[in-house]
Amino acid sequence: MLLRSKTFIETYQEDLSLFRTIWIKFWMAILLISILVFPFMVGRYTLYTINLAGIYIIGAIGLNILTGYTGQISIGHAAFIAIGSYATTILGERTGLPFYAIIPLSGIIATLIGVLVGLPCLRLKGLYLAMATMSFGIVVQYVLFQWDNLTHGALGMAAPSIVFWGFKVDSDRKFYFLIAITVFLLGFAAKNMMRMKIGRAFVAIRDRDIAADVIGVNLTQYKVMAFGISSFYAGISGSLFAYYTTHVNPEYFTIFLSVEYLAMIIVGGMGSILGSILGAMFIGIVPEWLRIFFGFLSQSFHLSGLVFTQQLKVITYGTLIILFLIFESGGLFAIWQRVKTSFKSWPFTY
Amino acid sequence: MAGELNYLLQLFVSGLSVGSVYAVIGIGFVVIYKATKILNFAHGEILMIAAYFCLVLIETLHVHFLIAFLLTLAFCAVIGLMVERFIFRPMIGEPVFAVVMITLGLSIILRPLTGMVFGFGNLMFPSPFPQKPIVFSNVVVSYAHLWTFIISCSVMAIFFLFFKYSKVGIAMRAAADRQIVAFLMGINVKRIFSLSWAIAAATAGIAGILLANVMVMNLNLSFVAIKVFPAIILGGLDSIVGALIGGLIIGVFETLVGGYLDLYLSGIKEISAYILLFIILIVRPYGLFGTEEIERV
Repeated sequence: MLLRSKTFIETYQEDLSLFRTIWIKFWMAILLISILVFPFMVGRYTLYTINLAGIYIIGAIGLNILTGYTGQISIGHAAFIAIGSYATTILGERTGLPFYAIIPLSGIIATLIGVLVGLPCLRLKGLYLAMATMSFGIVVQYVLFQWDNLTHGALGMAAPSIVFWGFKVDSDRKFYFLIAITVFLLGFAAKNMMRMKIGRAFVAIRDRDIAADVIGVNLTQYKVMAFGISSFYAGISGSLFAYYTTHVNPEYFTIFLSVEYLAMIIVGGMGSILGSILGAMFIGIVPEWLRIFFGFLSQSFHLSGLVFTQQLKVITYGTLIILFLIFESGGLFAIWQRVKTSFKSWPFTY
Repeated sequence: MAGELNYLLQLFVSGLSVGSVYAVIGIGFVVIYKATKILNFAHGEILMIAAYFCLVLIETLHVHFLIAFLLTLAFCAVIGLMVERFIFRPMIGEPVFAVVMITLGLSIILRPLTGMVFGFGNLMFPSPFPQKPIVFSNVVVSYAHLWTFIISCSVMAIFFLFFKYSKVGIAMRAAADRQIVAFLMGINVKRIFSLSWAIAAATAGIAGILLANVMVMNLNLSFVAIKVFPAIILGGLDSIVGALIGGLIIGVFETLVGGYLDLYLSGIKEISAYILLFIILIVRPYGLFGTEEIERV
């Protein structure tokens, strides 16, 4: 990592710390303050978009751990998000547990199913794994549609409301803080996990799995772990999604949602936590801008606004995936690093 | 008892007809996979566009079905060439993941674009085949299904002969086998890639028109290609014969499951193939006829 001149690292403690220099700490503090102030500065609609983007971030970090770090292509991420959402609504309907129990429980249920899926998928890699996860996604959506007793089929389910000690989380602003805290905790955990032994094992598996096996990475254990962690993040993301939108429907969790998540990590940058965050924000926000810019086009295609928005969104993801893969395969993260490096080394070009 | 047997036979026959279309679609996947090691997720969308294109030729421009059919094939081949030239040629040498993701991106772009051009509703394809079915001793077969089967089988036979005996076919097999050696032997590998895409797109065109005859025309036509994944995995991703047999097996399997289990689990037919895919992948990932990969560090 490139450090500014006159920065010297003298102890191991300093070398290992997440925020190494006073300037990084300073900018982090600024970021934290702006995150805290942000919801009071913007309108409801912007806040809604940002909240959804926050929920995407959690799911995207999960997919990035599996696909970006470990190199296991998954086109079934939507299935785990669906499992998280439905775990929340079903637990809320049947048990009446408080939300701070339900959210982690949803994550754990998703983890268990993720591990179950991960086990048979151990033998597969590359395209074959992509197809297996895709078919898993399709089967899960089918089950959600058909298992009427548990999921109410195509009608969908209502999520419980979040109440603790008489305080009700019902407005966009309150949800903003709930989501922001969760994103912060899970993002921090992921960032550290990827610096630890486990993250390095994941990267080793991605880069050359047999070589990783030879130097002592237990492939079975770590691949299953990657599936488990990824599903946990997806489950939490799904749970928050259910709470925030108050209603879940199997129609939402299609293969297109999985592709949307893939688009996020490709646009943001594969194998980077910051990349997942940037990508999720980008994918969450850009289609909204486009909708505002191109809204007038919906009349010329004889489409209702809603259908048009959805089609436009899908086209945006697809185009972004293609453009980023052809022109900037490192994603936004690579662009960000380039910009940062050129600032740091200014006025030199290296 | 005789009724039971009849029912089984009936399902079997319509399964074969569906399966033969799957086989034609499967060939498209296999041809591209063999040449470039790419699984083309946008295959279904090319198929769908072909069906819409043919429909417009027949309905709006009043072209005769046979001419429309040929024009559609040419149109598809051109699409295949363009896609290869402008999107995949620059990506030669990039990781497979990136290239496959591009096909996925392409597939989700083409669907809404097609919808915006041709409309999102259901359309009726003007079938050139007689509506009245043929009856072979209690088993009813519609002309559309029969023709589908015949055309698919002829396509398969043509491909078999093409790869076995024609010079270009042998060059394609050589390029698929060992790119560098083929290149050194004077085979223009880039041209082979273009040709593979053109041929695959043309088979997608045939499959699209055949499917439009037996299904409702809408954007969901493209999902049929996803259903062919189980077939090509079963047959082996890089085997033409495998695509044929896999397609027929999946078609029959799906129809039988639909015929017998749909009463108990509605819609099971739609996902039975995926469940089978999952099982095949775990038991025998390289399929019946595929090359078993041996890995070295």
